[in-house]
Amino acid sequence: MSRSKHLILWLLPLFLLGCSGEASNQWHGHDITGVMPDLEFDLTDHTGQPVTAEDYRGKVTMMFFGYTSCRHVCPVALSKLADATRELGDQADKVEILFVAVDPKRDKKVLDDYVTNFTPDLVGLTGTQKQLKAVAKRYRVAFSYEEPREDGFYIVNHSGAVFVFGPQGKVRLLIDEQSKTANITEDLRRLIEQSSG
Amino acid sequence: MTLPTMLEQTVAFLQPYDFSPTVLLVCIGAGLLYQRGWRKAGGGLGQAVMFWIGLVAMYVVLQTQFDYYGQHSFFMHRLQHLVLHHVAPFLIAVSAPAAILGAGLPERIHRYVVAPLRRNWLLRHLYAAIQEPLVAGAIFVGLIYFWLIPSVHFYAMLNVPLYNTMNWGMAIDGLLFWWMIFNLRAPGASDMRHYGYRLLVLFLVMFPQIALGAYIALSDHDLFGIYAACGRILPITPLTDQAIGGLLTWVPAAMMSVVGGLVLVHRWNRRSRHVEKPVSPTLGCAR
Repeated sequence: MSRSKHLILWLLPLFLLGCSGEASNQWHGHDITGVMPDLEFDLTDHTGQPVTAEDYRGKVTMMFFGYTSCRHVCPVALSKLADATRELGDQADKVEILFVAVDPKRDKKVLDDYVTNFTPDLVGLTGTQKQLKAVAKRYRVAFSYEEPREDGFYIVNHSGAVFVFGPQGKVRLLIDEQSKTANITEDLRRLIEQSSG
Repeated sequence: MTLPTMLEQTVAFLQPYDFSPTVLLVCIGAGLLYQRGWRKAGGGLGQAVMFWIGLVAMYVVLQTQFDYYGQHSFFMHRLQHLVLHHVAPFLIAVSAPAAILGAGLPERIHRYVVAPLRRNWLLRHLYAAIQEPLVAGAIFVGLIYFWLIPSVHFYAMLNVPLYNTMNWGMAIDGLLFWWMIFNLRAPGASDMRHYGYRLLVLFLVMFPQIALGAYIALSDHDLFGIYAACGRILPITPLTDQAIGGLLTWVPAAMMSVVGGLVLVHRWNRRSRHVEKPVSPTLGCAR
């Protein structure tokens, strides 16, 4: 093999790295297109209706796992998502926030009230342990319950990531807890533009 | 805790988190092969115990709830790789299973599958290249570094095929590396070249592992955000999780080099006292 061919072989991975770096820079969140399975679940929404992913086709969806008794992380994360959606203006109705509540023992009774306090774009989802575990496993997230304190309150460990799906349910982005609201809005806008074009 | 709940919990723990027929079949296949060969060739009890502990340990970290913890805690993930890449393959290789597995192989499979593969020019050269001690050592360390690049680690924990590739790769590379370390002395090679070279490689692979482990353990920020993103299931802070994970990469991983070195020195010693009696894991399989 000639020297120049060797050089090309060596440079090829660098070139490919360069490409992938450029592509992911377009997004503020992590581009996970094709990395994870499409949106799919079998749960109950906050009004008590059984729902599947099909019910949210046509909208960009953001899925976040949490629980209603969560005092800090979940309210902050959810209001950030709600703000980011509101910033979209008249395109806000093209986005749905799916809040998967993983503490059915406490969540079931209050989910409806909890959800309406946030934004009309928010959907609360819950289900049996089996259903919730199936969704969590699909998106490789975990939740676990800590020992209850004396007053009966217990902490639920859960994931911090927001998974964003395109209107056809294809997985697109992973947004982590540190993301800024404006950046989320920008990513959402781009997703909506791509799907309408 | 009552006995029934304990049993129930044990059974629940032993259920695979992500059932893989491939892992199950490979482990059962290796176990059956070994058992058959062990009875035929009359292997020692000690070597059988080491082989079985190694094999069962690999199965346990891949196919029980251990894997669930490995996906959702950095230090459990490091523990999983410590078993897959260091401890289990070490035990399997040091137990000298080649002759026994060879004896367990049905004659027909040996003649029509294994023997042609061993004669294949490309495979032979490829195998020789990756079993060259310095190359094997570089791959051994390189793989640890590669999967711990934060962006690579991020996708490996999210994407199932990539995750499986990582774990299979660790197990296979672990077997290849420790196999090389405890391999039979090539005919004509001097003891110095055989044992000395392997001791040197064991010594050399220690430092990059120590450096990486220490860097992770002593880092003051969360290097692997994926665990926060996907949820930690053990009630410890991210930095504690990371520090324990770093320590596992640092101390026990490097200690395996020391243990391996002691085994080699012992074998070298024994060999120089009974030169006519070869001692090796591939005893009887050097055809």
